[in-house]
Formats: sequence, structure tokens, C-alpha cells
Amino acid sequence: MRRRPPVLAPIAALGLAGLLAARLAGGAELRVAAAASLGESLPEIAVACATPTGATIVPSFGASSTLARQIVEGAPLDVLLSADEETIDGLERRGLVAPASRVSFASNRLVVVVARDRGTAVAAADDLLSSTVRTIAVAEPHSVPAGVYARRWLERRGLWDRLQAKLVPTDNVRAALSTVASGNADVAIVYRTDARISPRVRVAFEVPEGETPPISYGAAALLASPQPQAARRFLACLTGAEGQAVLARHGFLPPLRPGSAP
Amino acid sequence: MTIAPLATLGFSLWTAALALLLILPPGVLLAWLLARHDFRGRTLVETVVALPLVLPPVATGLVLLQLLGRRGWLGGLLEERLGLPVVFTWRAVVLAMAVMSFPLLVRSARAAFETVPERLEQVARTLGAGEARVLLGVTLPLARHGLVAGALLGFARALGEFGATVMVAGIVPGRTVTLSVGIFQLVQLGQDAAALRLAALSAIAAFATVAAGEWLLRRAAHRR
Repeated sequence: MRRRPPVLAPIAALGLAGLLAARLAGGAELRVAAAASLGESLPEIAVACATPTGATIVPSFGASSTLARQIVEGAPLDVLLSADEETIDGLERRGLVAPASRVSFASNRLVVVVARDRGTAVAAADDLLSSTVRTIAVAEPHSVPAGVYARRWLERRGLWDRLQAKLVPTDNVRAALSTVASGNADVAIVYRTDARISPRVRVAFEVPEGETPPISYGAAALLASPQPQAARRFLACLTGAEGQAVLARHGFLPPLRPGSAP
Repeated sequence: MTIAPLATLGFSLWTAALALLLILPPGVLLAWLLARHDFRGRTLVETVVALPLVLPPVATGLVLLQLLGRRGWLGGLLEERLGLPVVFTWRAVVLAMAVMSFPLLVRSARAAFETVPERLEQVARTLGAGEARVLLGVTLPLARHGLVAGALLGFARALGEFGATVMVAGIVPGRTVTLSVGIFQLVQLGQDAAALRLAALSAIAAFATVAAGEWLLRRAAHRR
């Protein structure tokens, strides 16, 4: 009999080790999916709210629209923090949101950022038409909240159609930010909270409040969650003093629809 | 957002074809060197060439992004000196496809060269043919079916490229959206029916390419 080549044994061992590691990592966890713009604040909120919630909070991030899509497909998540209200509306219409769990927990503004060391000269919306601005990174403008806000703003200013050739849509708002930080786009339209996290970009100007739809962050517990009580306690903490303090420290503005805590 | 299926198929086909044209001369030459010559650093070259095949495609994409980005040395050179922007353009799509297909082409071409009996090359040499003439007159013609099959395999790989492409070319509708990238984007947007249409087109294109390759291989085996 011919001996088997010994390559299979290490592969099998690696597979088993991975399985074991995944098993050991389990525990009482509340899985919170959140808009990419919450990338720094949610981990801090997770620490601040762990005790009131009574569970370890495990955040995951992505464009709110992508997360909603995962929820529709049955992803095992307990809570969604979205960068808009429409995404929550959509899940509510599909009957995926736990009744009366919905809250608004923060608001935000759009800014236009440029690379700090490039100094592309833009000071107002019309400057985006200038030939020195060759590429404009925005989150996907038909589904991702930051992109939808950016599109509505440019449409309102009558610039949307004229800027088409310059637009580079990205997966989420943070991808738009990093595209400018890496120098691969001249300008990005992101939230003011995003602009603060990258030392390599600077805010060229803030989009005036009245020129975008209200940028309201909504959250809800998901109906399919096996731990509805922990989910509600987490949302209460998010809209309560602990959560709001973290959000304020990261530059988020207070919720636009206060008093909707569960 | 809408992604026109036929225009997307057309874009995928011409970018993949261009990628193939780009890698064909260096790929075949390298395959021949690896099949027929022993040289210092040969193992290193073999390993580096195989890397895109075994690395996660996004990792390859990341390396490419570092290289081809506006601040990367190659991307910076192309854009500042030659006025050719790379990232987020069709050029990035072609380059990503080229890098990802290169190992497959080289492997197949090398196997094709190795099937050519060295005895025949020796005969040509004893008849007074120089090395170039041996390569062009004996080795290449005898290996041609395997070479074509390898090229088709590389083309099919280029058509299906996703991971490296999204890293360097992004998803810019009408400019960098290939079949694979389009499928991903449409699913993200929840337009599954449109995504399925693109998937069907990819399946047809891939099937035709592989079938053509198999047919050529069988014909080559038949001849021998």
C-alpha cells in the first residue's frame, strides 16, 4: 500500500484548531451591527454599557444598508444602529424590528474633506466643479446613508448631474474617507465625525445644516434576537447618559427626535 | 443604480482580453525560461510568480493599491509624468486582472513547454539552428495548443477577477464595473434579479472560454 502524502495531516490539524478556538470564544453576547461612522464610538459604548446591558457587546460595522441586507437575509444580530431612519423604516415594514424598541440616538452633519498635504482648494459647493477636483469619493449614493445624504445635497445645489464623471462611489462612508487619506481621491463627502478620526484629512467646509435632509441616527432591537431584554437595556443605555456622553465626545450631535427612548 | 448587463459583459471581455495581451509575451517567455533553463534565483522567481495564486486576492489588491495608488511609486509616476490616472479607472481593472491571471498563464505555458521533447530541439541545433530559431521554429509551434489553452485559462481567470479589482478600481458605475463586481454591487443593493442576470452572463462567458480550452487540448492530444 502506498503511503498518503503527509500534507493532509497539518491541514486537518489547522482546521480542528480553528474550530476549537471558535468554540472557546462563545458566551453571552449581544451582537450589535452599526453604521461604519460609529467605528470608534460603539466600542467605547460597548464598554460603558456592558454592565447595564448584562451582556458582552460584540460590535460589527458596515454601511447601514449592507447591514440591513444581512438582517433581511437572516444574519444572527440583536441590534442595529443605523446612520439614518429610512433603513430602520425598511426593516420595520418587513416586520423584522421588535415592537416599540425603536429609538433615535444621535445626529450628524456632512463635511467636505481634502487631503491635508494636498490642499485641494475648495471652500464651497460650487468649487467641486473646478478642474483641480478630479475625483470625489462618496458612499454609494443610492443605498448607503452617507451617500444618499451627499446625493440629496448635491441635487439640491443642482450639482449632482454635473459632477457625475468625478464621483467614485465607495462601500461605506469610511471607505470614502480613506480614499482621500490615501491620496487616491481629491475630495470626499463624509460626516463631520469621520473627518475627526483621520489625521491625514482636513475639513474644507461644512455642508450647511439646511442643505441636507436631517441626518438622524436610528436604532432598534431585532425581532429575531433571542435576547430581547438585553437588547432593550442596551438601547436604553445608548440613549441614556453613558451612551450620549461617548457620542458627544466623538462629535455626534444630540438626537433630533428626543424622548423616544424605550 | 442600474448596471446594463450587456455593456458590463462587453467591458469585462475587453478588459480581460487586454490583460491577457499584456501578460502573454512576458508570461510565455518566463514559462520557457523556467521549463528549459536553470538559473540562479529560479526558486525565488517561481515562488513570486505563484504568489497571486495562493494569496487572498484582496491581499494582492492591497499590494497593488500601495503600488498603483496616486502616492504609490508606479501610480504616481503614471499619473504625474504621463497623465494616466490608474486607480478607479479601467486601467486599474486591466492591471488587477493581469496580475491575477499571470501565474495561471505561466504554469500552463510551462507545462506546455515541458511536453515538447528536448530531443527535437537538439536535432534542430545539430542542423545548425540558433537558440532563437529553435524556440520560434520548434518549441513554440509544438507547444502551441497548450499555450492557447493556458491563455484561455488566464482569460477566464481575468473575467472572474473580483478581490483585487475592487481594491484598486473600486465600483464606479459605467467605468470600472465588471461582471463580478456588478454581481456583488447588485446584491448589496438588494437587486437580486439583476445580479442573477449578470451571473448567468458570467456563466456563459466562463463556459465558452473553458470549453474552447478543453477542445483545443483534446485536439492537441489527438494530433500527437
